[in-house]
Amino acid sequence: MLEVAGLEAGYGGFRALHDIALTVEAGEAVAVVGPNGAGKTTLMRAISGLLAPRAGRVVFEGTDLAAVPPHRIVERGIAHVPENRRLFPRLTVEENLKMGAFSPAARPHFAERLEWVYSLFPRMRERRAQVAGTMSGGEQQMCAIGRALMSKPKLLLMDEPSAGLAPVIVDQVFDLVRRIRQEGFTVLIVEQNVRQVLELVDRAYVLEVGTIRKSGTAAALKSDPAIREAYLGI
Amino acid sequence: MKPGWILLGLALLLPPFLPISDYTLHIIILVLLWAFVYTSWTVMGRFGLVSLGHGAFLGLGTYTTALLWNHYGLSPWLGLPLGVIVAVAVALVIGYPCSRLKVVGHYFALVTLALTEVVRLSIVAWRDVTGGSLGMTPNTVPPNSFEAMQFTRFTWYWVALAAWAIGLYVWHRVDRSMTRAAMDAISDDETAAAAVGIDVTRQKLAVTTISAAMTAVGGALIGQYQMYLNPETMAGVGVSLQIVFAAISGGMYVILGPTVGAVLTIVLQEFLRILFGTRFIGAAATIYGIMLILFIIFMPTGICGVIVDKLRKRRA
Repeated sequence: MLEVAGLEAGYGGFRALHDIALTVEAGEAVAVVGPNGAGKTTLMRAISGLLAPRAGRVVFEGTDLAAVPPHRIVERGIAHVPENRRLFPRLTVEENLKMGAFSPAARPHFAERLEWVYSLFPRMRERRAQVAGTMSGGEQQMCAIGRALMSKPKLLLMDEPSAGLAPVIVDQVFDLVRRIRQEGFTVLIVEQNVRQVLELVDRAYVLEVGTIRKSGTAAALKSDPAIREAYLGI
Repeated sequence: MKPGWILLGLALLLPPFLPISDYTLHIIILVLLWAFVYTSWTVMGRFGLVSLGHGAFLGLGTYTTALLWNHYGLSPWLGLPLGVIVAVAVALVIGYPCSRLKVVGHYFALVTLALTEVVRLSIVAWRDVTGGSLGMTPNTVPPNSFEAMQFTRFTWYWVALAAWAIGLYVWHRVDRSMTRAAMDAISDDETAAAAVGIDVTRQKLAVTTISAAMTAVGGALIGQYQMYLNPETMAGVGVSLQIVFAAISGGMYVILGPTVGAVLTIVLQEFLRILFGTRFIGAAATIYGIMLILFIIFMPTGICGVIVDKLRKRRA
């Protein structure tokens, strides 16, 4: 479904990513794990078109996304839940969700998808008229995921959904991700919380200083001694 | 809300029939025409697109209309739409790269400020055609000529009232549209807006186009009404700032805000002008300037913003 090859990206004189290759098959959940500053967010931004890659290809369902602007990438079926949620704090929950279905293709389905997101997250229905910036971190994450789902994506990119949340809330957020998987979405998730994310994905890539060091099934990585020592603290 | 609007509408049908002086009617017409221009500015200004380029759109609208009439005898009814096209074209030429290159905030204000000065200086420099800094007067024909868009004051009142009402209607339509929510999202977080699938450039250009087009119409009407065009009062930074100040002091997030701003600034200007007359040259402008600065510091949401806030608190 998604194929990234030879990807290089950066900011100004800084090369944040080089020679990245990864694939995501339909129906899979794949994680990219690694420490702070490894380039995980840059990778997400390069896939969703927010950052133009310097080299390499990002191919989604057979089309190269090189010159495709971000809003068209959303229309093609990739939705991005950005790092730190990045809701529109002055808009209400419902307006935030509405923005997720902004593309002309999604607009006619707004009402039914809103209903569907509310049925997934009943809490959001309760909060529909609340200004998004006044909700708790966990609720904001729920809203951010809901907003991405409004475009009914084929592939959901999630950038550190657990960042900045209390441990109990982190568990809830991972439960949400699990439910989204069960709904049949393909998910590419970036996380620092390696232990928990490996419990919920099929495969993972380990990203360190801008390049992929290791990859494999979640089970294999969990038993890999180097990973256990560096990321799982065992 | 509804009965209030009907009352306001009925009240505005009265002035031409009241025993008021020609001067008072003149001030009311000016207030309506400028209120239309200020309303136009808030169509984009309320979304953080603080344009100091509206002097340019105003100048392009008014000069295109008047020059085509004087030099080619083209009726302002055709000249005005052409002026709008010129203003919109310039707005897009500036707006597109600004949006693509993410020129926002102060930098956007500076780019548009430069634009407005370029238009003013071009008018001044093109003296043979535009009359330069001495200004120009549209060739006159017998009064109340429909073709020349030269009406009596009585007719002008209705034209100004219609323009103002249409301006409010457009503001209202934008306020209720998806574009309003999208622009709010963009001004909250432009990157997140792009990430969720909003075509940022397109939304920005949409409000810019509407705003510039309306401003050009306003400029053309003011020029035709005053029958005198001057680059200092119809283009350039001075008029851009006047537009921004009036819109902000009245309140740019409320539909009647810019209108209140127009009443305030024009009545205040006239009052100070008459109060000081020819004594203390510059005193009127200084007091005016100080008051505006105080407004912006202490009432950033404007008079109407403060009133709406108070009403909301009382209800809650």
